[in-house]
Amino acid sequence: MNSEKLNFTVPSKARMFAMALMAVGLISIIVMFLTDHVEGDEHYHHNRAWSNVFAGSFFFMAIALAAAFFLGLQYAAEAGWSTTIKRVIEAVTMFLPWGLSLLMLLFILGQLHVHHIYHWMAEGISTPGHANYDEVIANKMGYFGWFWWVRTILYVVGWLYFTFKLRNNSLAADKLDIDINNSFHWKNVKLGAWFMVLFAVTSSTASWDWVMSIDTHWFSTLFGWYIFSGMWVSALIAITILIIWLKKLGYLEFVTESTIHDMGKWMFAISFLWTYLYFSQFMLIWYADIPEEVVYYQTRWESYKALMWTVFFINFALPMVMLMSRDSKRNFFFLMFVGTIIFIGHYLDVIMIVMPGTVGHSWTGLSWMEFGTFFFFLGLFIYVVLNALAKAPLKVKHHPFLEESLHHSI
Amino acid sequence: MATTKHIIHGVFGDEEPLLDACKKLRASGIRVKDVFSPFPIHGIDSVIGVPRTRLAICAFIYGLTGMGLATLMMWYMMISDWPNDIGGKPNWAYYFNIPAFIPITFESTVFCAAHGMALTYLLRCWLVPGAKAKNPDPRTTDDKFLVYLDLNDEQAKKAEAVLKECGAEEVNHKGSYTVEPKYVIEETH
Repeated sequence: MNSEKLNFTVPSKARMFAMALMAVGLISIIVMFLTDHVEGDEHYHHNRAWSNVFAGSFFFMAIALAAAFFLGLQYAAEAGWSTTIKRVIEAVTMFLPWGLSLLMLLFILGQLHVHHIYHWMAEGISTPGHANYDEVIANKMGYFGWFWWVRTILYVVGWLYFTFKLRNNSLAADKLDIDINNSFHWKNVKLGAWFMVLFAVTSSTASWDWVMSIDTHWFSTLFGWYIFSGMWVSALIAITILIIWLKKLGYLEFVTESTIHDMGKWMFAISFLWTYLYFSQFMLIWYADIPEEVVYYQTRWESYKALMWTVFFINFALPMVMLMSRDSKRNFFFLMFVGTIIFIGHYLDVIMIVMPGTVGHSWTGLSWMEFGTFFFFLGLFIYVVLNALAKAPLKVKHHPFLEESLHHSI
Repeated sequence: MATTKHIIHGVFGDEEPLLDACKKLRASGIRVKDVFSPFPIHGIDSVIGVPRTRLAICAFIYGLTGMGLATLMMWYMMISDWPNDIGGKPNWAYYFNIPAFIPITFESTVFCAAHGMALTYLLRCWLVPGAKAKNPDPRTTDDKFLVYLDLNDEQAKKAEAVLKECGAEEVNHKGSYTVEPKYVIEETH
């Protein structure tokens, strides 16, 4: 037992890799802001550049958030199998303050009219007679405006509170020599259950407020679950890849093959949850054919068709064909490879959700801008998560299901 | 030449020594025919060498069948026999209205896969109404664990020794039978 590598130190190569990603990303973000113009469109203020930054911040914030949800779910359900990978999940949740800070910065800049991601933030949007006046949005301003900011602050405070409480309780338990009553565990079970309640409501409303309000005129009630399923599967992939990578480095010897197999099952299952919601939203709107709803897909069908189909095939057909058999989920190189593609697929999904509302028909297809921005946020994410991982032993010390998890076999 | 086969029951009071015995029997090349236990023993399949289930392959085939049947049904009803107005959309081809058909295709796939799997399992295990329980010793439904062996003379002796060594409470010889060889190779020189 003593020969196990329990304390993770960030390999210098990984640190360099993350730094390089951030450097490449930062350069491309700067170049993007300098070059992003549309000839003859005066209302286009670096929309694509800002949207890319928003998509990157949101995607990785959402991964951390979904990891926190997944952690809370394990506690609330009193799951045994995941105990050995708890520290990896916790490390991923530690990106949450970074992601939320980036988003808050973007929101404040939006309110100061630096960028025009949110239509309803525009000046004079609810003042009759103003050049920007929009009656539909003016009628919705009871929900947007100051009330939007109250909700946003509630999400940020609430999510951070639960994420850090869960993490700190887990770390505090490690300091004890003996924990007879599993006191910290039971605290986390309670916290996890309450977080589920908060998350059930806020994951939906935050998706409406932060993402759906880009297309301010349009609405879809299942939009929140659609965003949620996408972030959940991305988080599962991030966790799985991290586990496999750590295992390759010789850490996490105590994580059994079956645990990774189970993570593969989660990836497979939640990919279908995503598909279900992606398709349901489309089908209901297609079927009903109501103009104010169809407009959402009209833009996508006309200018984003390739992206729409790519997202659909990568995120639905690929996991179905590739991850269905037991052997594929037990081949870790394969799992990592397929996971990486689906991960990118879900980033493209976010791009497809954000861009039509801001860039609209000026879209010219995927380019270095999307990938450059993605690299920057990916680098930041890797950097923050690996540092968080190095701060605590990889194996929890006291957990009532630790023994069960060590012998997990299916 | 006819061979004599012996049926041996090794009865244990706990699952740990039973697992141990199974491992040792398999290591010395003896086939464990079956194990009877009051509760599922974790990891017993690989220990006694039960091959992995092929139920998943069946499920896939049943799923494809369900998908095909649903497609055929909807195509005949909605397009071929009496073209239906689907949300005011053109109705001369199946693929034009495919989003409307997806939910039923999905449901039918799941329905056929699930029911097919359940029926296959029940039939393969012969758990049909009125089937008799195939239990060699009723005590295995209470607190005893049983290894069921079906071996020839030489193996039977070895197996009995292994079972005793691993702490079997009883080693019962339940009888023997002779097997006539199916093919006789005549020597031709």
